[in-house]
Amino acid sequence: MAETKEESRIGVFICHCGTNIAGSLSIEEVKNYAMTLDGVIVADEYQYMCSTPGQSKIIDAIKEHNLNGIVVAACSPRLHEPTFRTATEEGGLNKFRFEMANIRDQNSWVHMHDWEGATEKAKDQVLIAVAKARMLEDLQPKSVPVEHSALVLGGGVGGMQAALDLASAGIKTYLVEKAPPTVGGRMSQLDKTFPTLDCSQCILTPKMVDVGRHPPNIELKTYTEVEKVEGYIGNFTITLRKKGRGVLDPTEALERGIVGGGCNGCGDCAEVCPVIKPNPPFEMGMAPRKAIYIYHPQVMPPLQYTIDFDSCVKCGLCVEACGPEKRAIDLDSVDTFEEIRVGTCILAIGYDYIPIEQKMEWGYKQFDNVITGLEFERLICASGPTGGHLIRPSDGQTPMKVGFVLCAGSRDNTGGVNKPYCSRFCCMYSLKHAHQIMEKIPGAVPYIFYMDIRSFGKMYEEFYYRIQNEGAKFIRGRVANILEDPITKNLIVNAEDTLLGRPVSMEMDMVVLAAAVQPKPEAEKIRQMFGVSKSQDGWLLEAHPKLNPCGTTTAGIYLAGVCQGPKDIPDTVAQAEGAASAASIPIHTGEVQLEPYFAQCMDEICAGCGMCLQQCPYGALDLVEKNGRTVMEVTEAKCKGCGTCGGFCPGGAIKMQHFTSPQICAQIDAFLLKGEDN
Amino acid sequence: MTDETWNPKIIAIICNWCSYAGADLAGGARIQYPPDVRAIRVMCTGRVDPLFIMKAFQDGADGMLISGCHFGDCHYLEGNYKCAKRMFLVKNLLKNIGLDDNRLRMTFVSASEGAKWGAVMEDVVKTVKELGPSPIKKYER
Repeated sequence: MAETKEESRIGVFICHCGTNIAGSLSIEEVKNYAMTLDGVIVADEYQYMCSTPGQSKIIDAIKEHNLNGIVVAACSPRLHEPTFRTATEEGGLNKFRFEMANIRDQNSWVHMHDWEGATEKAKDQVLIAVAKARMLEDLQPKSVPVEHSALVLGGGVGGMQAALDLASAGIKTYLVEKAPPTVGGRMSQLDKTFPTLDCSQCILTPKMVDVGRHPPNIELKTYTEVEKVEGYIGNFTITLRKKGRGVLDPTEALERGIVGGGCNGCGDCAEVCPVIKPNPPFEMGMAPRKAIYIYHPQVMPPLQYTIDFDSCVKCGLCVEACGPEKRAIDLDSVDTFEEIRVGTCILAIGYDYIPIEQKMEWGYKQFDNVITGLEFERLICASGPTGGHLIRPSDGQTPMKVGFVLCAGSRDNTGGVNKPYCSRFCCMYSLKHAHQIMEKIPGAVPYIFYMDIRSFGKMYEEFYYRIQNEGAKFIRGRVANILEDPITKNLIVNAEDTLLGRPVSMEMDMVVLAAAVQPKPEAEKIRQMFGVSKSQDGWLLEAHPKLNPCGTTTAGIYLAGVCQGPKDIPDTVAQAEGAASAASIPIHTGEVQLEPYFAQCMDEICAGCGMCLQQCPYGALDLVEKNGRTVMEVTEAKCKGCGTCGGFCPGGAIKMQHFTSPQICAQIDAFLLKGEDN
Repeated sequence: MTDETWNPKIIAIICNWCSYAGADLAGGARIQYPPDVRAIRVMCTGRVDPLFIMKAFQDGADGMLISGCHFGDCHYLEGNYKCAKRMFLVKNLLKNIGLDDNRLRMTFVSASEGAKWGAVMEDVVKTVKELGPSPIKKYER
């Protein structure tokens, strides 16, 4: 076993965690065992070590017994390491003189019915932790300054709210939106919002205008993607790709020396454009769009056209129509790149709907009159393709019997979609749709096929009762299939009414599928760039569902909105405000402390082979000349402490602080040799 | 040669960001698994020096598990790739000294895969139990 410089004086503290730990293993036995270990001066136990009296035990013991190492056997270091490090520091020790044995999450909770096995494991865990504690060294956390700026990725309602909050807190904020050339997101496609029946655009547009009106604090970057992410909390360098939109705004025109030029939104170009194709993203393909277009009337930045280069034939008619004064159109525009530096980032990248046509039995894309909830929103919206008149796509008639299929893909483990989760807002928007039908079409009856109505929010249950009273019909049961009458194009919905215990078959004029939501396809790439984990269903993973719902495991990256999991608009905005608050803390503090797990080169051992240089993913290592020898040198600012170099160094010349080879070997030896010398 | 009374000695070196978090999640979800594995936490599986593994087997470990993030998910970009590459080397070494290389395993368990962690634990213990005590112990003592 490696030599320790000073005599070890270690205190071991075992937490009962109520009965969480004490109910599954013998605390007494673990404590007595700890006392027998080399270097352990004191062993104690307490009901809740994380409580104030529990922490006082640590602080007092350090002073009383002049301890130089602390072991707490309790929950996970991912939960309470910071707590006990603080206590260790308060006792007058360096806070890195602390080691944790995880006897709850990785022992008592997973071996609940194996008292002896769990007790043995806990003893070994304490043994392993003590072995490491004997070798811990004083370390100093590294303090780095934080850029006074933030990135918000995603210009939906969540991203806008986060950006507005950050900007109002005096932080320079880059609001980056990828696909449409405007902010607004999904919410701009909606007609009304539940349960208040506010007009969606009416409550969204002011926010969009605010976002545009907030310079210099908000820098809006639409039609822009994140290309590369480098750095760490406080000092991210983000490379942005601004996609060529083919149209210059007045500022860009001025930059090119065209005084008084640039797009003013007159629309002459769109009038002459010969390319007409369905408008898929905004109008769900139900309205035509030219190759040069305005995304929707309320776009922000305002009144600016964009060219869809996928469909543009570059005929040049628009250039002529635009004229020599404005010269706003540049058919040869290319993507441009820009680097920004930010302290923290918020991801609010939103969601997608599942391809519900994969559920063939419901006939979406086979039958004209089967539509999705989002298509319904456009059809009932006054600014939509029909001016707010709900019509059947097959014949333009007004539907009198409309079926709603809830949980269309959600809560469904069967093949094809496999989305076991609840999409959380479909129940409520379907109830709202039912209300809108009864309001707009006298005599029309909505039939809602549901599994459970999940009206969990504030005033949601009341809204549900209201729709019931207004005359909507509810049939509890899953829809087995939907068939089409080939002549009338009416739909026959076959389902089971589980309350009456019998199958039902009903003829509908139109059926609306409340399709499940899923993470965006690009979420995978984005999360890997930002170093964010994903949950089982592919949503971005928060650091802790309750204690840190906006943060991620990567310091300085925060989440807002549906990209973290399905949620409705109020929850999205609430989380966005939370994320903005969390993201502003390091910025306003001005500096963050990084854990000092840096690599260090032991010059006397290093042979200067340079093999570690290829191991480092951050380029933190270099070969330098020192005292006439070539040795490796670590740039601490770049090192993140993964230890990949240390795991590879053939000479063992790299010391990974807090995870040194002697420490890890001591842990291995302690368990396998139980104090016997090798 | 499964011996019901014999408990194998298995060491796991697991990364802080994925597998350790996944193991914590298994705890939160009260997923029950055999208690034979002792975990050592490192920041990244890239930290795993092949010598740690050889050291453990030399000390008489019956089995060893290295568990990190899924490919593409590494908190440090590519530590898990680097570690996985080393595993080929170590497995070859183990075979060369006459140890069954199934005693060493690398798995990829993310922070959201508590159930998978439980399954990995079950499987590792089962595999090592089937292989029996490490022959190195026998020769040494």
